[in-house]
Amino acid sequence: MGFNITLIGQMITFILFVAITMKYVWPHIIQALQERQDTIAEGLAAAERGNHELELAQHKSTSMLREAKIKAAEIIDQANKRAAQIIEQAKDDGRVEGERMLEMARSDIAQEQEAAREQLRQEVAGIAVAGAERILGQQIDQAANNSMIEQLITEVSSD
Amino acid sequence: MSSGALDPTRYIQHHMLNLPLNVKSGASEFNGFWTLHLDTMFFSVLLGALFLITFRIVAKRATSGVPGKMQCLVETLVEFADNQVKETFHGHNPLIAPLALTIFVWVFLMNFMDLIPVDLLPWLAGMAGIHYLRVVPTTDMNLTFAMSISVFILVIYYSFKVKGVWGFSKEIISHPFGPWLFFFNVPLRFVDELAKPISLALRLFGNMFAGELIFILIAALLPWWIQWAPGVVWALFHILIISLQAFIFMMLTIVYLSMAHEGH
Repeated sequence: MGFNITLIGQMITFILFVAITMKYVWPHIIQALQERQDTIAEGLAAAERGNHELELAQHKSTSMLREAKIKAAEIIDQANKRAAQIIEQAKDDGRVEGERMLEMARSDIAQEQEAAREQLRQEVAGIAVAGAERILGQQIDQAANNSMIEQLITEVSSD
Repeated sequence: MSSGALDPTRYIQHHMLNLPLNVKSGASEFNGFWTLHLDTMFFSVLLGALFLITFRIVAKRATSGVPGKMQCLVETLVEFADNQVKETFHGHNPLIAPLALTIFVWVFLMNFMDLIPVDLLPWLAGMAGIHYLRVVPTTDMNLTFAMSISVFILVIYYSFKVKGVWGFSKEIISHPFGPWLFFFNVPLRFVDELAKPISLALRLFGNMFAGELIFILIAALLPWWIQWAPGVVWALFHILIISLQAFIFMMLTIVYLSMAHEGH
């Protein structure tokens, strides 16, 4: 027991050890720790950023989806309207066309009627003349009788 | 050296003796101040080298990527020391944290020698012709005082460096009772300052010495077939003590040095 030269030896040893730790051990490890801390912090920040961006993208996609739905609904609506319009138009066209055809048919019928009537009149006139010729048994002055016959025909046709 | 071969008193006394070297004659004998405790020097340097080489290898290979198991252990210790320093010391001093780490790991390793069975290494040394061996360097007051005196010198150095000769002198003269009671303040301060290295060294020495003594007593006084029971109990308890003493030595060093940097 008691103090001796060991004390001095141990002091030198201690100081050397501390110096070596300070110069060759401490800075390397602290630097590695610091770098790792930075890396982790960066990674966390990046993850945070990624999350944020994901959230934004989700918002964006949701709103886009909603817009698309609204647009689609609008398009369908428009298409429906347009279809209704076309149908309406077609109906109108059909009606007009039908009327036109009806009109045409009517006028045809009227013409036909007129023509038939004319023919009939001619025939009746012929028959009348022939009848008259037969009854009278003689030639009659065509020109003098024509007016009478015309009158007769008019009377017949107006019946 | 089994417990049966010697009577307990001689066994215990024998275990309390260091391996001496008379630095003047070169013989293995005690010679007052000129005695070197070879065993203390050997084991402290061996353990210090173990600490430094391990940490140096890890430091050189240190990666900021995914660390290996060894690097994790070393980083844990470094961060532990760094955090203790950061929490206590608020100035900038690149010495204190490495100093704290060195103290903690080195003292822990030296204390740890206490958990090696007390007779194992002396027995092996005895077979090699060395008949005195104390394997726990922290049970040698020379070592604990060497550390505490080194810390004390640092405390004084930084007191002067940070506060200046005049500032530090003024603090000694005028605290705690004002400059008119300097005849009271100065001796009080001297006692206060001197108590730091003495208590620091004696606390570690006392704890480790007592711990080792208990192991020796267990080995000396109990029959061989029951020694394991108190041995295990005391060893488990001693794990706590060796860590705690290493921590306290580190912590008080940080506290003393931060006090040197800050005013009273």
